[in-house]
This record gives sequence, structure tokens and C-alpha cells, in this order.
Amino acid sequence: MRSERSIAPYLLFLPTLIYLAVFLAYPLAKALIMVITPEGGGSYTLANIYAVMNDSTFWEALKNTVLLAAVIIPLQVFLALMLALFVNTKFKGYMTIVYLITIPLALSDVSAALMSYNIFSPEGYINKILLNLGFIKNPIYFFGFNVKSSEFWVIVLTEVWRATPLVFVILLAGLQMISKEYFEAADVFGFSRFQKFIYITLPLLKPSLQSALLLRTLFAFQIFGVVWLLAGRDIPILAGETFYQQTELQQYHIAAVYGFVIALISILISWIYLTFLKSAKEV
Amino acid sequence: MGKEKLKSLLTLFVAGIVSLWFLTPIVFITLSAFATSEDYYNPHYIIPRHYTISHFYKLFFTLGAGNATLISLSVAALTILLSFLLGVPAGYALSRYKFKGKNALKLTILSTRMFPLMILAIPLLIIFMQLGISDTLWGIALAHTTMVLPFVILITSSIFAGVDIAFEEAAMIFGLSRSKAFFKITLPLALPGLAASAIFAFIMSWNEVFVASILTLQNRTLPAQILSTAMDSPDYYKFTAGFIMAVPALVFIFFARRYLISLWGISLK
Repeated sequence: MRSERSIAPYLLFLPTLIYLAVFLAYPLAKALIMVITPEGGGSYTLANIYAVMNDSTFWEALKNTVLLAAVIIPLQVFLALMLALFVNTKFKGYMTIVYLITIPLALSDVSAALMSYNIFSPEGYINKILLNLGFIKNPIYFFGFNVKSSEFWVIVLTEVWRATPLVFVILLAGLQMISKEYFEAADVFGFSRFQKFIYITLPLLKPSLQSALLLRTLFAFQIFGVVWLLAGRDIPILAGETFYQQTELQQYHIAAVYGFVIALISILISWIYLTFLKSAKEV
Repeated sequence: MGKEKLKSLLTLFVAGIVSLWFLTPIVFITLSAFATSEDYYNPHYIIPRHYTISHFYKLFFTLGAGNATLISLSVAALTILLSFLLGVPAGYALSRYKFKGKNALKLTILSTRMFPLMILAIPLLIIFMQLGISDTLWGIALAHTTMVLPFVILITSSIFAGVDIAFEEAAMIFGLSRSKAFFKITLPLALPGLAASAIFAFIMSWNEVFVASILTLQNRTLPAQILSTAMDSPDYYKFTAGFIMAVPALVFIFFARRYLISLWGISLK
């Protein structure tokens, strides 16, 4: 590591900083101004914020986004932990399974939604299989305004399929960093498998679990493509309403308020996570 | 001995279930993408019996997916170019220098990821309209660079950190300048990792749908085109489109699989 006094590192960083100032900081400031000015310009006002707060769709979108996150994230973390523990037994050919599990990591939400539609649509595989086995006479409709709850669960399933691998990768990396010596010592003391998991694996996995949780929570509040394609606005969500206000209604300033709500939630989650992590470290 | 056998059978069973869970949707969409529409809509065929590439042909040449794919590829290429031009020097600085404010810079880079793209897309549209680059490749590429840049910096810095500085110093002792030492020694050694992170950047840009949909009307990227048209199209086009979206991802997983875990490990820290 070079530590001579030199302007070289600053010069190397300068283009990035300029770029982020122009294409991140400036748009953010502009978005803030959009939030507090009326459409088409004018003096500062809280009218946009009031308009959003008084719109029942906003509250429904917030509720749905939180609900989806609350159902999806625990499922993903649980499944990813099971998968990581399973793969980490390092059976013959386990790397093949790791590659298979990580395939959805590189898939877009658009692809995943269409794959899901392929399975659950009226002409989809589930209906075809059930029809051919004689379990049903007419196709089951999983999508549509009057079957919102089944739409909800298809979305949950799609997101679990698509994004569990993300948590899996983080947890597997965490598991692989745990030194074998701990388990050997535990063997000496006659720990059971379960005791080893509770007293060794879980505490040492905590940092990975935390960063996986933070990341998944941030992404969960930005959920968009899967819901938009599979349910449209049957199930309003924050990002979907941002998109709708922007592209359909062209209410740019209202859309900015929605965007800001997502940003504020993200910042809040990061902040909670960081202080939580800090206090955990101090203990 | 019997217990060992039972255990390996159980492992095989679980591995089978896991593989099925992750592969089935991909196999299904591949079948549906190539199935003739008659077979797809025939309730008696679970697995289609006749296959065709005509959906691909129609999507690409008459329904605009060809153009959208070209736009997506160009946007991704521009994004890689921009984010590497900006990010590789910054990553190098992080890995090779000790300097005042380094931690603050690193924290700034990390904290940019707190801001969701949803909040950026809206003002960017207005800024691009003022600059006269709304609804262009450049507009989307600039927005995607903002999204990809922090990842490129963090990934490249750890890739450079993995190339022993001793090589570079040895080259400098033999009279190479620092920049020559970088281009002749460090860069070639870091190349495989950099290539993998370029693929990573490609995937992020290729998959991004929210910003691309907001910033474009005529020049839609493939996911933006799919988002706005798929649900009104016949089912077989949906699956062909979903398959086209998925192919680069599958290729990516295949070629970058050696780097996959470590790359994601770095970028997700």
C-alpha cells in the first residue's frame, strides 16, 4: 500500500466524484424540489405530500409493499439458510448444485415473472397437468382482480424463487468462513449437531445474516417488475404507483413523492441496520 | 455402512428436489418459447410435440424486439464502457493508495446504494429532456452507469488488491513508469476478474426495467418493451420474450461461474 503524499489517488477518484455529483446528487436534489413544488412550477408547498397522504391508494401500496416484504423475506432467509447448510456439507458434486441455485441470480424480474406466468396462467403447466390428471375440469384462474390473494401468493412464490439465491450466496460465503476448529473443539466437548448449529454456526453467521437481511429488505421495498407484470395495479405497490403516476398520469411531482417515500424507507432501514450492527459489536 | 448409504441417498434426494425447483421454470419457458401455438393452446399436451422458431422470427422482425434487443445491447455496452472508464481508476486508487479521506470516499460509494433507482428516474427524465438526450441510448446508459458504478469500483478494487503489488514494484525498479507498470503488469493479471465484472455490469444493465421504461418511449430497451407490451400479447410471445431475456443470464452463469460466488460476495458485502 502506497502512502506517500500524492494527489494521484484524488485524481483517480475525481471523475467518479464528478459523475456522482451530476448524475446522483443533482437529480436527488431536483427530486426533493419536485416534492415541494407544484406541478408546472410555483412556490414551495406541501400540497403534493398532502395529496399523496390523502390518497387511499398510497396507503394500500404501502401496506402491500410491507406485507410482501414481511412474507417474502423470512421465507427467503429460511430457505437460503437451509440450502447453504445443505450445500456446505460438501457432498460429491455440490458445486454443480451451487451453480444451479445461482442461475436465478442473473435473471431479470421480467424473465422471472414471465416464467411464473407460464406455470400459473390458464393455459399454463399447472392447469395442464391438473386437467390431464383429471383433478379439475376447468382451468384454475390464478390471475385477475377477483383472485387477488392468489396473485399475491404467486408473486411471493416468484420472488422466493428468484431472490432466495441472493441470500444463499451471502450465507454460503459466511458459512465457508467459519473455521473447522470450532466444530472440532465442539466434538471434543460432545456437542450434538443441533447444539453446534445454535452455539457455533448461528452466532458466527450473524454478520452474513444481517447483511443479507439489509440487502433483501432494501430490494423488497423496490419490488416492481414481478408485481407489475403479474398483477398490474390489482395489487398496488410503492414502486408500481411511482411508475403509474409518472408514465400514465404524468404527475411527475406526485411520482417524486412516491419515489421519495421509497428512498426514505431505504435510508431508515439502512440506518436501523447500521446502528443495530454497531450496538451488536459493542456488546 | 448402511447409515452412510442412507445419508448419501438422502443427499441425492434433496439435491434432486433443489435442482428441480430451480430448473423447472427455465425448462418450461424454453419449451413454451419454441412450442407451436396450436400445441401450446392444446390442453391435452403437457409437453408440446411440435416446435418452431417462428415466434422468435415474428418478435424480432415484425414486433420490434430485434430493435429493442439492439438497444439493450448498446446500452449495456455503453454502461460497461462508462462505468469502467470511471470506476477502474477509482477502484485502483482504493486498492493501491493510502490517503486522507479514503474511508469517507468508500463510505460515500457504499451509501449511494441506499438510494433506489425509483427516486433517480423521475428527475433524470427532466434533466435529459433539458439536455436533449431524453429517449436516447445515452440517457439510459448514463442512468445505468450511476447504478453500476459503485459495484464496479468495489469489485475492481478487490480484484486489484488480489494482484500482488510486488509485481508492480519490481517492474518499477526495472525502470517502468507507474502507468506503464499498471498497463503491462497489473492490468493483464487482473483481466479475468475485470472481464467477469464487465459481465456482471452487463447483466445489471440488461435486466434493469424501471429506469429504462421511464426514460424511453420510442427507443425502448428489451425489458422496457416487454413490460409495456407483453401482457397484451398472445401467451407464446410472452414466453419467447421471457426466454430471450433469460438467455444472456444463462450464458453468463456458465462463463462466469468460477467468479460468481466471489464476485457476488464482494458486491454484496
